[in-house]
Amino acid sequence: MYRIGFDIGSTTLKCVVLDEENHIIFSSYDRHLSQIKEKSIELLGKIKAQFPNEKKYLFAISGSAGMGISDSASVPFVQEVYATRASANKFLPGSDVIIELGGEDAKILFLQGSCEVRMNGSCAGGTGAFIDQMATLLKLTPTEMNEYAAKHERIYTIASRCGVFAKSDVQPLLNQGANKYDISASIFDAVVNQTIGGLAQGRVIEGNVVYLGGPLTFFSTLRDRFDVALGKRGTCPENSLYYVALGAAICADEVSDIDAVTEGIRKYSSDGQFNTLTPLFTSEKDYEEFTARHKKATVNYKTLSDASGKVYLGIDAGSTTVKTVVINEEEEILYSTYSSNSGNPVPVIKSILEDIYQKKPDISIASCAVTGYGEDIVKNAFGVDYGIVETVAHFTAAKKFMPDVEFIIDIGGQDMKCFKIKNGVIDNIYLNEACSSGCGSFLQTFANALGYDIEEFSKKGLFATRPVDLGSRCTVFMNSSVKQAQKDGATVEDISAGLSTSVVKNAIYKVIRPSSKDALGKRIVVQGGTFLNDAVLRAFEQEMGVEVVRPSIAALMGAYGAALYAKSKKCEKSTIITSKALSSFEHTAKTVNCSGCTNNCLLTVNTFDGGRRFISGNRCERPVTKKSPDDSLNLYAYKNSLLKAYKNCEGKLGTVGIPMGLNMLELYPFWHKFFTTLGIGVVTSPSSSRALYLKGQATIPSDTVCFPAKLLHGHIKELCDMGVKTIFYPCMTYNFKDFNADNHYNCPVVAYYPEVIASNCPEIEKVDFIYDYIGIHRKNDFPKKMYGILSSRFPSVTLSMVKDACDKAYKEREAYLSLVRKKGEEIIARARKEGKHIIVLSGRPYHIDGEINHGIDKLITSFNTALITEDSIAHLSEDIHPGVLDQWTYHSRLYRAANYITTQKDMDLVQLVSFGCGVDAITTDEVRTILEKGNKIYTQIKIDEITNLGAVKIRLRSLLATL
Amino acid sequence: MADHIEFTKEMKKSYTILAPYMLETQFDMLGDIMKSFGYNIVILKNRSEEVVKDGLMYVHNDTCYPALLVIGQMIHALKSGEYDVDKTALMITQTGGGCRASNYIHLLRKALVKAGFPQVPVISINLSGLEKNSGFSLSLPLIARIMACLVYGDVLMLLKNQLTPYEVNKGETLKKVEEWKRKLSASLYANAHFSLGNVYKNIDRIVSDFATIEIKKTPKVKVGVVGEIYVKYSSLGNNNLEEFLASQDCEVMLPGVMGFMLFKVDNRLEDIKLYGGNPAKKLVCTILFNFFKKFEKAMIDSFSRYPQFTPPMPYEHTKKNVTGVIGHGNKMGEGWLLTGEMIDLVQMGYENIVCAQPFGCLPNHICGKGMVRKIRELYPDANIVPIDYDPSATRVNQENRIKLMLSIAKEKLPQ
Repeated sequence: MYRIGFDIGSTTLKCVVLDEENHIIFSSYDRHLSQIKEKSIELLGKIKAQFPNEKKYLFAISGSAGMGISDSASVPFVQEVYATRASANKFLPGSDVIIELGGEDAKILFLQGSCEVRMNGSCAGGTGAFIDQMATLLKLTPTEMNEYAAKHERIYTIASRCGVFAKSDVQPLLNQGANKYDISASIFDAVVNQTIGGLAQGRVIEGNVVYLGGPLTFFSTLRDRFDVALGKRGTCPENSLYYVALGAAICADEVSDIDAVTEGIRKYSSDGQFNTLTPLFTSEKDYEEFTARHKKATVNYKTLSDASGKVYLGIDAGSTTVKTVVINEEEEILYSTYSSNSGNPVPVIKSILEDIYQKKPDISIASCAVTGYGEDIVKNAFGVDYGIVETVAHFTAAKKFMPDVEFIIDIGGQDMKCFKIKNGVIDNIYLNEACSSGCGSFLQTFANALGYDIEEFSKKGLFATRPVDLGSRCTVFMNSSVKQAQKDGATVEDISAGLSTSVVKNAIYKVIRPSSKDALGKRIVVQGGTFLNDAVLRAFEQEMGVEVVRPSIAALMGAYGAALYAKSKKCEKSTIITSKALSSFEHTAKTVNCSGCTNNCLLTVNTFDGGRRFISGNRCERPVTKKSPDDSLNLYAYKNSLLKAYKNCEGKLGTVGIPMGLNMLELYPFWHKFFTTLGIGVVTSPSSSRALYLKGQATIPSDTVCFPAKLLHGHIKELCDMGVKTIFYPCMTYNFKDFNADNHYNCPVVAYYPEVIASNCPEIEKVDFIYDYIGIHRKNDFPKKMYGILSSRFPSVTLSMVKDACDKAYKEREAYLSLVRKKGEEIIARARKEGKHIIVLSGRPYHIDGEINHGIDKLITSFNTALITEDSIAHLSEDIHPGVLDQWTYHSRLYRAANYITTQKDMDLVQLVSFGCGVDAITTDEVRTILEKGNKIYTQIKIDEITNLGAVKIRLRSLLATL
Repeated sequence: MADHIEFTKEMKKSYTILAPYMLETQFDMLGDIMKSFGYNIVILKNRSEEVVKDGLMYVHNDTCYPALLVIGQMIHALKSGEYDVDKTALMITQTGGGCRASNYIHLLRKALVKAGFPQVPVISINLSGLEKNSGFSLSLPLIARIMACLVYGDVLMLLKNQLTPYEVNKGETLKKVEEWKRKLSASLYANAHFSLGNVYKNIDRIVSDFATIEIKKTPKVKVGVVGEIYVKYSSLGNNNLEEFLASQDCEVMLPGVMGFMLFKVDNRLEDIKLYGGNPAKKLVCTILFNFFKKFEKAMIDSFSRYPQFTPPMPYEHTKKNVTGVIGHGNKMGEGWLLTGEMIDLVQMGYENIVCAQPFGCLPNHICGKGMVRKIRELYPDANIVPIDYDPSATRVNQENRIKLMLSIAKEKLPQ
């Protein structure tokens, strides 16, 4: 009897038919575009036509989207990783490790020894879909991307955690002019890192490696990148696309009648069970009324060539698009453009200016302003008069349409900006976090993945009868939600409407998080390209229960606002490049890595005609001024220098190694003093770096733990590589008690991470790893405890020596903390003398690590502000009683610092939050509450592996712009 | 901490107290005990999509899933109109440990203000003296009865899970569970004085009654479930995990809640051992620990009389099991107990394990996912799959990964 195996994946449908000898006599590989039912029936039809005499088959279905169909057709289901293993054992004897990438899943199978199968968790994001998304971003087909990648010369660091993160890394690279060859290869490299880092979990990939699945079959360069990373040559066998289907076929042990199966599948989805939302529109009439209402919010258009008098130019150089608007004295639009920035806004704007000068040779541009990611370079390149932060530009434009606007929400291609207006000024700003950028490009990638362009796709959703409720999570989760909906039989229409609604929910519940729907007010202006999509607009109105204003120029609001801003400056003649100068305008860009410090920023050096130079991509002034950044008003830098002052040293009795991560970054002075007093030397792991992180990446067991914890694996690896024989990294349930806190816990990760190191880092087995549970909070019991730990290892140590060392260590800690406070006072005093604003960059002690904060401290001081930390001012606050249980050590100082700055006119607080930090879900709300009570704006910056500072810059400038 | 609205003695007389649902077998009985102590309690069973929506609306979305569900369930109930919101109080547990759960009560209060119910008092159930209310006291008689109820619940749950897959007459076990729940509730409700002897007798009666159920042992995949306490036990939190496993023809073993209770008391003793501490506190905790142990012993003794039942592992055994794997000072969340339960399960023949946690659960990075490698090193047959639960983690994804674990497990079944 013949066998049939189906593999219904997230994007493709694969099928094989095997004869009695298990030879493939039929195979098919096709994108199912979410039409699983139809495609399956079609496929069965083909099989019937090819084998008219066969009615009965041994049939099994596999694949992540195959569960529902298999139930409905009463065909056994085989889990896909299991299927792969079955077929590999049969067809690829002698294989040791299989790496299989699918549309959204990544799997590693270890076949030899203790057999293990690993599959990415729900957070690790897709792989095939991820490559598709990235290709879209690069404006390449995936095949082209593979060809481009083959020609690469260098690899950039791209966050490998998930598509959203990677995107935030790729976009600035594009904007800075990195070439697509290198970016393409870097994207493949990110996939490799993610697969190995996320799935190997400490198990070494050795022996014969086999590559399976779509991406590894189609992209030779991806295989090459794996080869490089693994240091060996893997093979991609014949039929590498079909191993899951093959496995299903050979596991099939039940006879099915092909006609019965077809009937079973046909019935599928008619009983589709999924959570639905109210339809967006129930009738054409509703829709017409809706469009008529929104048509009212419009601006007059005139032609540029007929214009007389002064005109004003506004430019919005966004992350993916360039928008320009020219207005006259009446604020009517004479000219506008909306185009992709093609990775570099300069040539785009040059040709726009040429077009303007050509259409209106005698134009009299009185003033000009630019906003957006490309603000600096555009301003420099073309002599634009004003650069303004995006929030100001958008607010200016929104006021034009609704003078008493209370809330503005702007959803663009990459980012989401919302601001609350109170008494005519921006009162609060909400920007999307890197982890939830479910914005315009998100809809676009889904549309493309399902085989539609974005307009067609969103129109389909308008009249969907049963929109799928997809929740409000980030893109990665959305992939699986869509998968689930497909499985449950949702139509493309239902999915489209559901996705539009989810964008809105993401904005409301993840980004804005209002206490109630009324908190946003009734006077709302929505803008940004994504709101031109009627489905999104309608979903927003439905969700909020208000009618909002969407200007007809929703996509141009940034540029229009910039133009209005320029006009408000009442200038006579703009400094913008003249028509004549433009004709000889030249621009070249090259990228280099700055070697000024360990951040190794990727710099773009732009050279214009006449040798003018402009450097972008830098976080500090060093590459521009060739001088070290002035860190005299930067308390982060000071804290780092304090720690550096504790030098590595040898001891008479021996030496211990200390990993410089997590709580060690605050307790190091304590431990250094403690050990050196005893005559024990101390060496630390080197400063964190990308390379250090990658060294330890393969041993991280939980891919959702925070980045500072992940980084610790690298520190341990480095210490072991340095030949350190003893590593001291104790478990600490408790930390020191701060102020009047309710308790003094460390967070579970900080407290117990040594346990993870002990159980997951193979290299640690070769050293004496001291990770006992100790309590530094109990000063009297602590020496005895330490004596017990040390006496067996350092026999000449006595209890009285330990007591003495403890005394000195406690004092050293006090001294360190008071130095920090003293420096804080100094910085405050100097900033006040120089009239500088003071930013309290708060977070956790380990946020001073440059690899964790990505140089945000230097970025802040580059805005001509002084930077202090929460622990330098917490003691100045009165005792406060926060509305939550204040039981973690680092929190009291945070709450107190927030409380203190509400009394200081020239101080604002910015909170750094590591992605995945569970306890900060509690502190962020509380700090916000404290600040808002004191009429201060709360600014949160979420950080991870991610290195893109563009969004951070906007956030900080928006904050400074409100002052 | 800021002041909170106290639950006063007057309120006790006229207020309805709403409490979230977690342990399906235990909580109904718990409600009846509280009623016998004069608290007009309602165990919430609302579980619609609206519950999740209210949670998302009123709780920070990065907070763990159990907080979202528990708070969502309460707010949803208050909004439903079924209760007079001026005569309703809420009840929630507070462990006082280093995980976020200690802060659920404050997140709940914040949510109440946001949702427009600032007047609703919230009662904290805790053994750490974190908050006090004049209208509610966790008296010793009440604690004793709660413990009895928890142990009865464990007994019923263990019996149910061990018998249902093999019973000859389908539905017989479940019927008995319901009967016993009613019987025990009634006796706990009526019984003014309480004796350990009675508890022993009851457990014995239950076990011997269930031993009469006719079973036919066939080879089935034996799956153990461990995890963060809420998603481990609550079907609302774990997308009906038990039901799903049953549908896949598995025998499920959920270690009972007694271990967790002992663990929470023992932690205090362990802290004193590790870091030093007050002898008086040590004495009180030792007494309490020994008292709790009696309940566990009763259960193990009764189970051991019947060869067809697998008794739960004694707490000391679990604790010894983790020596060299994870420290006994690891106490936040489920701490070393979770690791220990995984090892217990492997030793008891339930080597296929679902380790369930809320997405981003902090303690489980360490004692759950962080220990899988080590356990596999020691017990190569351990077949563990960590599953994350979250408002939009989809069921298809979770079930797919569990199915992978089950496929491996099925291979080892005797055909």
